[in-house]
Amino acid sequence: MAPILELRSLRAFYGQSEVVHGIDVAVEDGGMTVLLGANGAGKTTTLRALCGMVRREGEILFAGKELHRRSTEDIASLGVGHVPEGRGTFVGLTVEENLRLGGYLKPRQSPEAVERMYGYFPILAQRRRQQAGALSGGEQQMLAIARALMMAPRLLVLDEPSFGLAPRVVESIFGIVERIRREQKVSVLLVEQNANLALELADHAYLIETGYVVASGSAKSLADDPQIRRSYLGY
Amino acid sequence: MHQFLQQIFSGLAAGSIYASLALALVMIYRATDLVNFAQGEMAMFSTYIAWTLVNAGLPFWLAFLITLAVSFAGGMIIERVVIRPVENAPVLAAVVVTIGLLLIFNSVAGWIYSYTVQDFPSPFPDRPVFGALMTTRDLGVIGVTLLMLVLLFAFFRYTPVGLAMRAAAQNPASARLCGIRVGRMLAIGWGLAAMIGATAGVMVAPVLFLDPNMMGGVLIYAFAGALLGGITSPIGAVVGGLIVGVTENLVGTYLIASQLKLTVAFALIILVLVFRPNGLFGTAVVRRV
Repeated sequence: MAPILELRSLRAFYGQSEVVHGIDVAVEDGGMTVLLGANGAGKTTTLRALCGMVRREGEILFAGKELHRRSTEDIASLGVGHVPEGRGTFVGLTVEENLRLGGYLKPRQSPEAVERMYGYFPILAQRRRQQAGALSGGEQQMLAIARALMMAPRLLVLDEPSFGLAPRVVESIFGIVERIRREQKVSVLLVEQNANLALELADHAYLIETGYVVASGSAKSLADDPQIRRSYLGY
Repeated sequence: MHQFLQQIFSGLAAGSIYASLALALVMIYRATDLVNFAQGEMAMFSTYIAWTLVNAGLPFWLAFLITLAVSFAGGMIIERVVIRPVENAPVLAAVVVTIGLLLIFNSVAGWIYSYTVQDFPSPFPDRPVFGALMTTRDLGVIGVTLLMLVLLFAFFRYTPVGLAMRAAAQNPASARLCGIRVGRMLAIGWGLAAMIGATAGVMVAPVLFLDPNMMGGVLIYAFAGALLGGITSPIGAVVGGLIVGVTENLVGTYLIASQLKLTVAFALIILVLVFRPNGLFGTAVVRRV
């Protein structure tokens, strides 16, 4: 199957300092790719570079379009739904307003899409009139994913959705992501610290260390690699 | 008692003008974390545009609508040309830019229209109503201001663009990820603020008479109102502006010489900053981690 997203020798910068040193990553159409690695390896920066939130060099090809020339807003409108690190909640707005903002580019489909999200995440329906900042961490993560899905993206970019959440909450969130991926044919690019869980769900995996890809392949081959098991999976 | 009520109502009329300008200040502050010291002079310039149009023979309300449109466009252009380059500059640099704008508008108005005080037509007749408690002019000013405020709140509350503007002000990075053009939203915000200011200028000009320094005092009352309400709260700006208008009128009538009224605004600014820096309504949003 052809990749929907390809990063080709992508380099990313914070100010003058280069943080990601020319990496190649691909996401299969309809597949799920995970980026693994320690804190500060450059995973989040890679996602930010993909969406034009930091300065980048190299090529980013998405469904035949060159994203490396486009602005964050344009990239969103081309069908990349990005759930950023820290969830990016509009804390002063209500849950429903957060969702409507996700559907900003598709105002006509928005009302149905909101209802569909309430179907996936019933807890959000109960909290629809509440200020989003008052939600629990897990609920805010669900809201962030739902907000990104509101734009009916072809690629969902998830930056550590498990961060700071209880294992049971993480499991339910990944369960829904998996279901949505199958039902809506969305490809997923995931950054995750929880390597066990991520390698179970993903089809492809990349291991990133200090801005370089140091290992890549099918998720199964990485999960079976003894060295990766020792360093990242803990057994 | 009759005089007391009279003073309250004329205070509300003045206060509704302070409220408008305070709202313009708050809108810009929320969108760009910037206090626009030129807000008053921009309003003054808009008022001169209305004056020119009325003198050219246009009916008052048509001139008013054209002025609103021109002010909206002007506000957007100012954001693009003058404010955007200092968007990421230290806050002091941006403040200096707005003070520079203040001086430029003041001198350009003086250069084009001279510093001579001009008569400005009132769209409302000046007749006493409600047993001489207030005048039709006060009533008109309060009515126009209220209508504008209601329209504005409806715009922010119920339209997608209004929602997008609130989102862009609150979390620009996240707004971009939703496909919202944050720069355009800021420009629209400046346009709207200029429009509100224009309304305040046109409403106050028949009372204060038109000259390039007309809005100096009004801006200070508006600052007092915005701070009293909490510089981050639109509703606070409106309530604060009205309170300042009424207080200023009562104090000027009963306590001190009316020439000293502006002192009330300064005293209020200092009291708020010392005892309640968040103002009456400027509370932090709820956040749970």
